[in-house]
Amino acid sequence: MSRLQTRFAELKQQDRAALVTFVTAGDPDYATSLAILKGLPKAGADVIELGMPFTDPMADGPAIQLANLRALAGKQDLAKTLRMVRDFRQDDTTTPLVLMGYFNPIHKYGVPRFIEDARAAGVDGLIVVDLPPEHNADLCDPAQAAGIDFIRLTTPTTDDKRLPKVLNGSSGFVYYVSVAGVTGAGSATLEHVEQAVARLRRHTDLPVAIGFGIRTPEHAATIARLADGVVVGSALIDRIAQASTPAQAVQDVLDLCSALAEGIRTARR
Amino acid sequence: MSSLRSGPDATGLFGAFGGQYVAETLMPLIHDLAAEYEKAKTDPEFARELAYFQRDYVGRPSPLYFAERLTEHCGGAKIYLKREELNHTGAHKINNCIGQILLARRMGKRRIIAETGAGMHGVATATVAARFGLDCVIYMGTTDIDRQQANVFRMRLLGAKVIPVTAGTGTLKDAMNEALRDWVTNVDSTFYLIGTVAGPHPYPAMVRDFQAVIGKETREQLAEKEGRLPDSLVACIGGGSNAMGLFHPFLDDASVKIVGVEAAGHGIDSGKHAASLNGGVPGVLHGNRTFLLQDADGQIIDAHSISAGLDYPGIGPEHAWLHDIGRVEYTSITDDEALAAFHQCCRLEGIIPALESSHALAEAFKRAPTLPRDHLMVINLSGRGDKDMQTVMHHYDEQEEHI
Repeated sequence: MSRLQTRFAELKQQDRAALVTFVTAGDPDYATSLAILKGLPKAGADVIELGMPFTDPMADGPAIQLANLRALAGKQDLAKTLRMVRDFRQDDTTTPLVLMGYFNPIHKYGVPRFIEDARAAGVDGLIVVDLPPEHNADLCDPAQAAGIDFIRLTTPTTDDKRLPKVLNGSSGFVYYVSVAGVTGAGSATLEHVEQAVARLRRHTDLPVAIGFGIRTPEHAATIARLADGVVVGSALIDRIAQASTPAQAVQDVLDLCSALAEGIRTARR
Repeated sequence: MSSLRSGPDATGLFGAFGGQYVAETLMPLIHDLAAEYEKAKTDPEFARELAYFQRDYVGRPSPLYFAERLTEHCGGAKIYLKREELNHTGAHKINNCIGQILLARRMGKRRIIAETGAGMHGVATATVAARFGLDCVIYMGTTDIDRQQANVFRMRLLGAKVIPVTAGTGTLKDAMNEALRDWVTNVDSTFYLIGTVAGPHPYPAMVRDFQAVIGKETREQLAEKEGRLPDSLVACIGGGSNAMGLFHPFLDDASVKIVGVEAAGHGIDSGKHAASLNGGVPGVLHGNRTFLLQDADGQIIDAHSISAGLDYPGIGPEHAWLHDIGRVEYTSITDDEALAAFHQCCRLEGIIPALESSHALAEAFKRAPTLPRDHLMVINLSGRGDKDMQTVMHHYDEQEEHI
């Protein structure tokens, strides 16, 4: 079983949802970002999404746009992001880690080389925002052939006719983008999320994680009652942006992570 | 022989270029748009409506003008100018805007968004939105707002809301990112009116089709005047819509030499340019695989050109393909060369060209003297230069200070 399968199976037994955290690699600098990454599992993150910085994050709101710019200003590149995963894996061999970003840096790095290096580094899955199933041959197919999961985004606009196409070839888990919009924007109503999860469950047995606009432990808990995973990104990144020192950034992100984890752990009791 | 005019394939690819590299939220919309466009293409009512607005609102056909004094000055090829600058709103941009706004209306969309660089596409979009009573939001980089204030005012006069984009260097690519973010947020109500032959399929093919009226008219007009095909075509390229519009109807005519002119800014070697084909490598941005200005890590590099309309780090995928197969020759012209050509055109023909179009003129002026007098050359005069007065004046102020 892959790390993702194992993790979601364990959590199912514990009858709780996964806390999926997103931070951008190299934000605000390599050392601080690595310290955050290493601290996340202990602070209650069940699955880690690590953003690969890109100059033109078209599907992201202001918080993650700025995180990308901070990371790039610190000379973070894809090779360093893979190194960060290797550094993380030195002490943690169980927490699933998913790289998330846009296709161009991977395209430039070279797809075969990227897959090989990502696997060797201990990457479990990929989320590539601008690769819909129409472009499976570009990365999804070869990544899966090499044992790396390809996690699909589904959205409110993905109708029943299209869902099978999107889910076919999806592995690891399904990420439901609960609002049509950019990251960090307004959140969906509970009713919408409930219906969306029910609809997805009719089409797939994969765990369903919900993201976009989830910022507080209370909100995370509410979503955790409905879905298999709760994704939080912009709220964590805001803590990095607002911190006055790198040490403060680490502390604030991990504090919020702990609070979110607590919310999720008590959600179904 | 198979036609070079039949692309893209069903998945939106021209060879290895193009495609639909967008977030899942947008995919269903893009498929809807492609289906709606396919229907419209074969609907006589759509064709009739489009022809009506092209004639009575845009002012088509635009003249094909024999530039006698430029021809004399160059002392070689016989130079014709395709006068797209005489269109309503002063550039070729409106050809595409009229087509897309009719499509938006068919799809029941009430809100139009667009990105703009020089502001010409923004003005053309604001114009058609006003004409059809639709809400209009234009994204424009702050750098471009500074250098194109007259166009910003024009858009506002026409009732559009102009939203300044500060991200990146505040130019066209940043405006396009922001427009995509708006679109993904307002999927139900909004039609994204892309201004060039780039973006996800079907935009590159659709915008090309709406602009191809330029080449179709040129073909007829030259047949009337000279009784034959042109020997060469020259057009400037940012995203590449005016060029594709002129080139496409001639792609299968092997005797027609076709030249696309990129913006070399301060020179390709300086790194400060906008020449994606001459100074970039293939990558994926804004919905398509094409040549891009990027660094070793695949990060997009900001383009530079004196002309805001060419200031984009990518190029339409069909151009990338035509470059790849060698059907079109892509060259580049620096800021200084474009300015010199701008002056020549003003003084010799009494026509103030856009700085974008001045790149095509500069390339033509290099070639024409080496060609025989019976060589027929058509230059696409894609826009007028009124919008560029500030930039040109500023350039000379700087030079004087320097001296």
